[in-house]
Parts: sequence; C-alpha cells; structure tokens
Amino acid sequence: MPGIYLHIPFCKQACHYCNFHFSTSLRHKPTMLEAMLQEIRLRRDYLQGATLDSIYFGGGTPSLLSTAELMRFFDTIFHYFAVAPDAEITLEANPDDLTVDKIAALRQTPVNRLSIGIQSFAEVDLQWMNRAHRADEAQICIENALAAGFDNLTVDLIYGAPTMPDAQWIANIQKVLDYGIPHVSCYALTVEPETALAHFVKTGKTRPVDEEQAARQFEILVQMLQTHGYEHYEISNFALPGRYARHNSSYWSGEAYLGIGPSAHSFDGGLVRRWNVAHNAHYWQYMATTPEALSQLQGTLFEQEVLSPAQRYNEYVMTALRTMWGVQADHLWRMHEAFAAHFEQKVQPFIRAGQVQHFDQTYTLTAAGKLLADFIAAELFFEN
Amino acid sequence: MKNIRNFCVIAHIDHGKSTLSDRLLEYTNAVSSRNLQAQTLDNMDLERERGITIKSHAIQMSYAHPSGEIYTLNMIDTPGHVDFSYEVSRSIAACEGALLLIDATQGIQAQTISNLYLAIEHDLEIIPVLNKIDMESAMIDEVADQVIGLIGCKREEILMASGKTGEGVMDILEAIVQRIPAPKGDPDAPLQALIFDSIFNPFRGVIANIRLLNGTLRKGDKVRFFHNNPDKVYEADEVGILQMDFLPRQELSAGNVGYIISGIKASKEIKVGDTVTHVHNPCAEGVKGFEDVKPMVFAGIFPIDNDDFEDLRDSLEKLQLNDASLIFEPETSAALGFGFRCGFLGMLHLEIIQERLSREFNQDVITTVPNVSYFAETKKGERLTIRTPADLPDATVLDFVEEPYIQAQVITKPEYIGTIMTLCMEKRGILTKQHYLTEERVELTFEMPLAEIVFDFYDRLKSISRGYASFDYYPIDYRQSDLVKMDIRLNNEPVDALSALVHRSKAESFGRKICKKLKDLLPRQQFVIAIQAAIGAKIIARETISALRKDVTAKCYGGDITRKRKLLEKQKEGKKKMRQIGSVEVPQKAFLDVLKLD
Repeated sequence: MPGIYLHIPFCKQACHYCNFHFSTSLRHKPTMLEAMLQEIRLRRDYLQGATLDSIYFGGGTPSLLSTAELMRFFDTIFHYFAVAPDAEITLEANPDDLTVDKIAALRQTPVNRLSIGIQSFAEVDLQWMNRAHRADEAQICIENALAAGFDNLTVDLIYGAPTMPDAQWIANIQKVLDYGIPHVSCYALTVEPETALAHFVKTGKTRPVDEEQAARQFEILVQMLQTHGYEHYEISNFALPGRYARHNSSYWSGEAYLGIGPSAHSFDGGLVRRWNVAHNAHYWQYMATTPEALSQLQGTLFEQEVLSPAQRYNEYVMTALRTMWGVQADHLWRMHEAFAAHFEQKVQPFIRAGQVQHFDQTYTLTAAGKLLADFIAAELFFEN
Repeated sequence: MKNIRNFCVIAHIDHGKSTLSDRLLEYTNAVSSRNLQAQTLDNMDLERERGITIKSHAIQMSYAHPSGEIYTLNMIDTPGHVDFSYEVSRSIAACEGALLLIDATQGIQAQTISNLYLAIEHDLEIIPVLNKIDMESAMIDEVADQVIGLIGCKREEILMASGKTGEGVMDILEAIVQRIPAPKGDPDAPLQALIFDSIFNPFRGVIANIRLLNGTLRKGDKVRFFHNNPDKVYEADEVGILQMDFLPRQELSAGNVGYIISGIKASKEIKVGDTVTHVHNPCAEGVKGFEDVKPMVFAGIFPIDNDDFEDLRDSLEKLQLNDASLIFEPETSAALGFGFRCGFLGMLHLEIIQERLSREFNQDVITTVPNVSYFAETKKGERLTIRTPADLPDATVLDFVEEPYIQAQVITKPEYIGTIMTLCMEKRGILTKQHYLTEERVELTFEMPLAEIVFDFYDRLKSISRGYASFDYYPIDYRQSDLVKMDIRLNNEPVDALSALVHRSKAESFGRKICKKLKDLLPRQQFVIAIQAAIGAKIIARETISALRKDVTAKCYGGDITRKRKLLEKQKEGKKKMRQIGSVEVPQKAFLDVLKLD
C-alpha cells in the first residue's frame, strides 16, 4: 500500500558526509511548515484515494519538530487521507534530540516507530563525521525509547569510516543485538560530491574510503546479523522476521509514494517519477499556488520523468536485485519478452562466477554478488 | 586596379581578429548587422568554439572613401595555428599588405612574430594595430615599444583600435587605402592566379579561392593547374567574388581576389599554393612558393567496434573531401583490429579530425599513440620511412634511425626563462639563441626533436609559464638518434596501439610514467591487471591494478531511484566506449590521455 514521505529540511549542524537537502538555519521553519501543509492539501489526490500504509518523516532532522508542529502535520494528513489503523508511522530522530521528555511527548502522537541516526557508538567516529550527538547519548536514547514503549525501533549505522577499526564496528553491531532492536539500516560511508568530506579527501585532510575495509566490514555485518536471526532483506537493510520497513520497501517494490517538501521524491506507482526543487525558499514561494496552477510549475517547483519501458526494466533490475526477493522471471516476461531474454542471457556470466543464484525462476545475489550489486545491475541494463 | 587593396590580418589567437574583422565588414556594409553573427568569418562550429581559424577565408568589401572614390578591399583571414603555417604563407602571398593586430593587454606572441616575418619576407606593407585599447589592462606604451622594436616603424604609424567599441575602425580603413599599395599586374598578360585556399561544398564541389596576379579569367574558360595534374583540363563553370555569399561574375582580372568552381569533387585535386592558368596561352611560370604539404604526425585511428570499419573509411573519405591535408591508409593492429594509419599536419589537426569524426559523422574512435615520421637505415643500406613503431626493423638488421628536428621559438617573460630552458632541455632541445625583444619580452630559439612536441609539450609550457609563453616551430632537418621501441603490455598482452619510439636515455622514465598513468586511466576490473613497459623482452616498468572488491552504493537516496538509475546507465554507457584487449577493457579516452604526463 502507498505511503507519504515528508522531508524536513533542517539540521542543527551538517554531517560531513551528507549530501541530502537541508538548511542549518531554523529561522524559516514556520514558513516551511506552512508550505508543506499547503503541498499536502494541493496534492491530496496524488495517491488517488488509496489508504496510507506508511507515513515517514525524514530529512534533514525531523526530531527538530515540536510536538505541536508534528500534530499539525497529522491533522492535515488524517483530514485528507485515509490511514490504515496499523500504518507504520516513522520519525527519523537524532540521539541529541531524544530526551526523556521528548520521547514521552512523541508517545502522545501517532508516531509508532523511531528511526534513530546512531551511526556509531564511538566518540571518535561521531566527531569525525561531525554528528551533533555524543557516544553516551547514542546509548541513552535507545534505552529511554525502549523504556517509554517504543519497541518498534530502527537504527542507522555507518561503516567504512577511516576512524573505525573492525573491532569498533563489531562492537557497534553487538550493541544493536544486545538491545534487540528489530530493524537496522547499515550504510557504507560514501564520499558524495560537494560535501565537506569530498573536500577533505581532495585536499588530503582525510584518507579516502578504503574499499577493502568497507568490503570487510560489510561481510562482518552480514555474518553477525544473520547469525542472530536477522534477514538481510535488502543490501543495506536487516530485520528480524516480518519486521521489514514498509516505508523503505516501497522504494524497491514499485509502490506509489507521495513526497512532500523540498527535494522530496514522488512516484505514482506506474510510469511517472517527480521530485521537488531542492531549495527551501523557492519551494515555499512556488507553493503559494492553486491546485489548478500546480501542474504549470513543472521545471520550476518540480521536475518529472516518464519512464520508458527500458527504464522501467532497468529500475526493476536495479532495485529488485538488491532484495532477498530478487528478480522474478515472470515479472520480466510480463514487462516484455525482449527484457526477459536479455536478462537471461546477460546474467549467465554472473551465475557462472557465483555472484548470482537462481532458484525456481527467482534470481538473487549471492554474498559475493552483493558486494558488486551496482556493477552487476549495470551489466544487466537494457540500452535503447 | 588602382582602387583594389588586398590585405590579410596577422594576429595571435584571442587577440580579437574576428571581432575586428566583423567591425570592418559592418563599417563597409559588406554584412548587414542582421546577418552578423558574432565572428562571421569563423564559420565552422569547431572554429568558433576554439576561437581559432582553421581554414583561411576571404571576403570582399566595398569602401566608399570620403573623397568619393569607391575602393574594393579584399580581406583574407589567416589560420591561427602553427599546424597550418603553410596555408598562412599562401594567404600572405595573395596580399600586398597586412594588418598586424596585437592585443594591447597581451603584447606580441610567438605565432604573431613568425607570421609577421613571413609577411615581411613577401614585402607586405605592415599596418600595426593595437587592439582592445578600451580595456583597463591595456599596456599601450609597452606594447607599442614592442612593435617599434620588431618592425622599426614610427610610433605615430601604430593605429589604436577596439573591435568591441568600434573605435579606430575608420582609421584602419583609411590606412588600408593610403598605405597599402594597389596591386600590380597586367590584365592582358597570360593568366596567373594563386590558389590560397579551397573550400568544400557538398553541392558545388571544391571551390578554390584565388588571387589573380596577371591576366583575366572568364566564365567558361578552359584552365589547368601548374603543379597538380598539369595535363588535366578543367572548365571554369563559375567565377566570382566572395562576399558573405558567392557572387558570380562574368570575369575576374589581375589584382582581384575571387573564386573559381570547376566541377572538382575532391579537395586533394586542388592544392593550396598551386597556380591556375589557361590551357591556351599559359603563363610561363607558376607563383613561387608551392609546396606539397607533408603530414608531420601520424597516428592509428580505429573504430571502437570492429564492425564499424567500413563506416569509418567512409567518414574519413568524406573528411578528406574538404581537408586535403588529411591522409590515411588501412592498418591492422593486433590489439585493435582493422583501422587506418592517418597523417596530420600537427597535434591540433589530429584533435580536430578526431572531433570532427565524432561530431559530424558520429564516429567515436580510438586514436593510438601519435608519432612523427622517421627514417631507418638497415645494415644493407636500405632507407625506410617509419610511420608507425611496428615498422621499425629488428635491432639485428637496423643500422641507425633519423628523426625530424624543428626550430622552436618561445616568447616569454624573462622570469620564466629558467623553467622553460629546463623543460626544453628535458625535451632534448638545444638553445641556439636568446634575444630580448623588449626588457619584458624575450625570444628563445631551440633546436629540438619534433617527437618531443608531440608528447605533452604545449600543456607543460603553458603551465610552467602561467600562460605567458607563446610557441611556434618549423621543421629543419633529420638527425641520427638512439631510438628504441617501447611496448606496453596489459596482463602480458602487448598493446601495439600504445607502442612508441623513444630515445634510449628516456625510455625508462617514460615507461614508468606511462604505466603509472595507465594505472589511473584503466577502471578496475574483477581481476588483477598487470601493466608493463618493455623494450624487447626486458621489462623496464610495472604497475598493478588491484581487483574490484566492492561496487555497490548503500543508499537509494531517499526514494531518488532516478538518480541512481542514471548513474548506473552512465556507467554502462561508458563501458560501450571501451575496447577489449585480451581480458582487459580499455576506455577510448585512455589511448590519448595516456600521453598527458606530468
């Protein structure tokens, strides 16, 4: 079922590696919130009346929202959309925001799942990443969230940082296991262009990411979590049985999602993807429009892309291959026999190399293949 | 004839030649400003982008002098790069005068000086013009001193102008009329016309630009060339003058500049510098200075996909129709399959051809390591021309090799003399002259092997002099040299396309640099790649590229599937431009970039 994503484009400070859209000045937060509420109203028909299965506050740092501000979002969403009674309602939160009081207040809102940006439990890593929280806050906030009754938790961890030896990485994973957190997202540190990190690498202030280390730590991760009963259901996502993130899953299952806020991405579940301008002031200026005039703002407020059959195939291969459900041969056949034939031919070398396995018309990556998912996907792409 | 003036413009790249030319056209109303696309004369896209003129162009203007006389001004644009210096000399030979155009913010550059010397040799009346005088950074007095030092003119003879504002343009027109002599020549003498340029038109065939020195050429006349196919008879289907369009005329006579169309389909049938004359009553001798231009630099050009070989041949043939200086013959490479060995006037010419293949014919090609043309003599006394390293005879039969030398001129500021001398000596150059043009400008003359210019010379000269060095050269002779053939191997597979002839003393450092550069240029693959440089069986350098360990991005960028898909599509697109050599995939770009060594 479809979901809503709300991008809260504010942060207290900028993490060195982050290339998402955000501002560190909170001055315009009220203006932004009004604009986002307006977008919800303007685009209430985007999901064609479908019942929402997931509401996700991402960012940026959504835990910067006060309870009152959050409630205004909920009032508007519940007013215009039908929301399933068991919908997954997630708030991304930073440990430094998750005080006992804040957690208690959040319990009074419809939020039923916290996604906590831990990244690491070691001070040296957090400082190197320029995170806003300290190592002790990382642990305390989890304990307090659990104590307050938020048992549906997910945490983000980052591996591959030059400051992080394998022993620390193992300790980080062990903490998650000890707390019994049902869902973990683990991201390899990536040097994105136009970030502070990219600049530090370029000027020699920091070592570039050591690919060998990243690969090794990925293998450690898979090994440890699988041993403890977690399913590696997507390259970067692990969950105890049945506890898959509904929000994340929509990205690779072809589900529709409505993205609200600057830089947010939407997908109509069919052929059209669109994304909002990644600029706060432009966003709220354009948002002072009418539902009728909204479509005129393509190219200024938002851009969109209508997928060609080959692009749909490429997206399917790229996303499905990352999951434990894999690429389904019958799905390819439904798209077009040419795609199915192309895939079956191009996948052979990877099967021989032990990077892709297939069983009962389902193709999935092996442990070795997961390290080369992008390379393999690109090789399987269809060119017009 | 007394009201005709023929002149060319001598200027360095970016000194504002095109802008000033546009002004002259505007002031004489040869081009209505509506048609005046910025920089009218440079009409090939590539030329406009690079800001240089590759081919010469000619245009006729009509200038109404305040005295009431109407003057016909023929302006001949000259190519702005050393690769095309022969074409420059032919343009100069078609004129009686030259505007020496110098950017007042930059001063005189080497290319300008060598073209100026050519003009002086041809007894042209030189009109010095300082351009861009409206700029704040103009150094009018200093540059004027340079001009006086160079041509010995009086200060008041130097004109001041700005192509941008139009200032001084009327003075230039007046000086052209007053100072440049009217052409001499006898309209009743036998026809003697110099071809100074040729243009290829897909509908009309080859159009030759000519300057009539003597005689009269009428439409329908039977003509022939003096040097090329002298026995072949052509008919002048159309003659005329060059304005923005071709304007047909019944006749052209001595002193004037115009064009002739005679049903010629391929550029190579017409040689720049040749003389057109009548079949009956021909002139006694051709215009002096004709040369059959020989290519200086050779490189293999191969299709990325072997199936495109015939298409490539087709494209090269079409290119040759309008660029007679391009030569090619089929070549086979063990690494790259079937392709062509092509000859070019210089490195810029090579780049232009490569770019035109891509733009005009959608042909992405692999260009092998360029080399110059050598002579090899065997112990039996056979003299062989070597145009590719593979042609070099085995060391057991080889007696010696000769390589082409050039005289190179560098003009720079005194503070860069040291670094430039170091660079030239590293490139096996010998300093033969050091001459101060002014206190702030020094001319260095070197003799050095042409091959050293091919490998990464311009870029380094530019960077060590922070752009304050200009460079020009011309070939002088062939000299014996201790050259060896260096091969590159990828996973033990020799890549003949990367072989090079290098001086023995430099082989090892060159090999090390190439291996290191290749290490940066080759994408990692799923296995280890060994890169080796070898002379014969002896390995002189080695680098290793480790296997690809991890290629997966962790995030889907908050639902931004599009961005990720595009990244991977681009990655895949890039792979199409790779060539499989043995087990290793080599990007097209690597073949040329490998020579950009620091």
